[in-house]
Amino acid sequence: MIDFELTPEQQEGIKAAHKAAKELFRPVSRYYDEHEHESPQELIDHIWRKRSEGIFNMGMDVTSVLRIEELCWGDAGLFLCIPGPSLGGAAVFASGTKKQLQRFLGGFNEGEPKWGAMAMTEPGCGSDTSAITATATRDGDKWVLNGEKIFVTMGKRALEDSDGFVVVWATVDKSAGRAGIKSFVVPAGTPGMRVEKLEKKLGIKASDTATIIFDNCSIPFGNILGNPEIKKADRTETKGFKGAMATFDVTRPIIAAQALGVGRAALDFVKEILEKEGIKIRYSAPRQKLTALERDITEMEANYKAAKLLTLRALWMMSQLQPNSLESSMAKAKAGLAVTKITQKAVEIMGPLGYSRKYLLEKWMRDAKINDIFEGTGQINMLIVARRILNYSRDQLK
Amino acid sequence: MISFSPTEEQQMIVSMAKQFANDEMCKIYRECDENGEIPASVIDTAWKMGLISGSIPENYGGSGGEHSAITGSLIGEELAWGDLSMTMHILCPALFAYPVLEMGTETQKRKYLSLFCDEKYKAATAALIEPHFGFDPYSLSTTARPESSGYVLNGEKCYVPLAAEADLLLVYAAENGSSHAFIVEKGTKGLEVGEREKNMGIKALATYELSLKNCRVPKENRLGGQKGCDFNRIISRSQVALAAMATGLAKAAFEYSRDYAKERVAFGEPIASRQAIAFMLAEMAIEIDATRLMTWEAAWKLDRKEDTTKEASLVKAYADDMVIMVTDRGVQILGGHGYVREHPVELWLRNARGFVTFDGMAIV
Repeated sequence: MIDFELTPEQQEGIKAAHKAAKELFRPVSRYYDEHEHESPQELIDHIWRKRSEGIFNMGMDVTSVLRIEELCWGDAGLFLCIPGPSLGGAAVFASGTKKQLQRFLGGFNEGEPKWGAMAMTEPGCGSDTSAITATATRDGDKWVLNGEKIFVTMGKRALEDSDGFVVVWATVDKSAGRAGIKSFVVPAGTPGMRVEKLEKKLGIKASDTATIIFDNCSIPFGNILGNPEIKKADRTETKGFKGAMATFDVTRPIIAAQALGVGRAALDFVKEILEKEGIKIRYSAPRQKLTALERDITEMEANYKAAKLLTLRALWMMSQLQPNSLESSMAKAKAGLAVTKITQKAVEIMGPLGYSRKYLLEKWMRDAKINDIFEGTGQINMLIVARRILNYSRDQLK
Repeated sequence: MISFSPTEEQQMIVSMAKQFANDEMCKIYRECDENGEIPASVIDTAWKMGLISGSIPENYGGSGGEHSAITGSLIGEELAWGDLSMTMHILCPALFAYPVLEMGTETQKRKYLSLFCDEKYKAATAALIEPHFGFDPYSLSTTARPESSGYVLNGEKCYVPLAAEADLLLVYAAENGSSHAFIVEKGTKGLEVGEREKNMGIKALATYELSLKNCRVPKENRLGGQKGCDFNRIISRSQVALAAMATGLAKAAFEYSRDYAKERVAFGEPIASRQAIAFMLAEMAIEIDATRLMTWEAAWKLDRKEDTTKEASLVKAYADDMVIMVTDRGVQILGGHGYVREHPVELWLRNARGFVTFDGMAIV
């Protein structure tokens, strides 16, 4: 049955996450935007103490994602600072064995706060993950990693500030092309791995974005996720590369939800100001009678809703164990672009209030933009959607 | 609990409607558009699916299914994928039947609903739109003046589908400034059906201007009696129906231009293998899906009897934009061929442009 009713558990989850976003994130939001690379230690400690309450436990189900939207409504950068396996966890979840899940994610709630990260992008390749040059060489019962990874979200927290891990994508055989690309779990403190630099960014400044160098970094053989075999017969599709893609099926709706949180923050702000000014949006007025402002607002609201429903559908399909690559990319492409436009429009509408750092709106515009870039740019997601609807291979549609 | 899966019963109705659209509509829509006529046999075949009588309770002669806006949206999308004119014709009696079913007095239900449960198509319609700039359903120029024995209706209407053949009309008019509906039977003095209209699109659907000159109807013909009707809800139901039909129409244009782009070769490759074309198609696919989901959400709210004003108007406006974007691109992807009437995309573009105007011409 087609249904949009939230379970009582989901409603509670949203409420609690919203409260946390409002009371914990918003008050320090501006501070950490202006103090890039400073750790929100107090906040992290607080979250860690409260972890049993479940507000900050991030799963990949509909309920978790509804909470994610609320938390990002508070602050998308601070959201990324919440301890947990995060994108690294999603990679393990998508292509790891049951044992690996237990081994790498099992202890995450114990001891000191820990983070997980994912290292895919390199200086020479972003969306074109098949061009990865980092190498993993078999050496007896070990893998030896070499290469440079950039734009690793929460890389420093995962590897320097905590006992976390990073999932690294590297090729085991360059001549095998995509087939040779595999993912490896590298725990913090592994010799031969170091955080080289932190990026200075347009937005989500509370989160760190690291460059990581692997210099003869040696890890146990069992840290490879998925199948270590290279299927040479079929060079275009193998499990390793599929693992990367399966990871995206999981992470893209989550990024879409993060985007939605930022977009809604901007929308709520605008509506609040309009209400204060006594301006009402007339939903039942015919189109030709709407003011330009009403047209803008209703368009923003509709786009937010469109992105949200596409996101929920992608997640729901995942929960039904249905293949959702197409729907995940649709959600990500739509949400990334929708919130980019919503926040930019909001700044425009609010004029001096929008542009001023006295309010958070300008920050949300900067924060929102990342959602159209990381975990696959809007364009890459459009390409994936296009290939799927045309039933084209990557050779047929480049 | 959130779910995007129609019920088994809905899936059955959908596949029936889809098959009808595919078997009966697709091969004749061009001819219908050119001739401005729909064969009666097609309408009769469609009627036998019981799409309207299926939502009428057994005690009024129907088959007692649920009157669901979600089901209605699913049907509307599938049929409009086949052809919009025929869809609006087939579902036109609902313009009268559904408001009576949902908001009519017991007497009105007893009197009228069973008429829609016969084997033969029952032509009935509604008149909402008025022929002037700035038309606003909430501020109608047509008036209903109460007098001791009933109401006197005065005003002009347009885009009234099937007005000439309809035995029953639901006329919307302002009574002391607020919109209400009045049942007007064919032949009532003062009700004049004008010439058939000539429109840019939906050419196969017969629509008419209508004028009401001191047209008197008895008191009991006010929809909902003393209580009146929930006009807001009627508008929302109409917006949801139109959004669903826009989705179906857009889907047809998307599929056609997608298939064309895969076959048409330029510079040695199918044009679909160029990002300029492929990205257009990707955006079309995304926006069609987004509109469908928003339509479902609004329909779901309607089925829960909640106020759907905001959701319905948002999705309607979104669908209006989406369907023109998609059908325009359909023409664009086919290039010169798209402009030629041998292909259906130009017809879909003409039909799509009408959605902004079609308030109250379809209902779930």
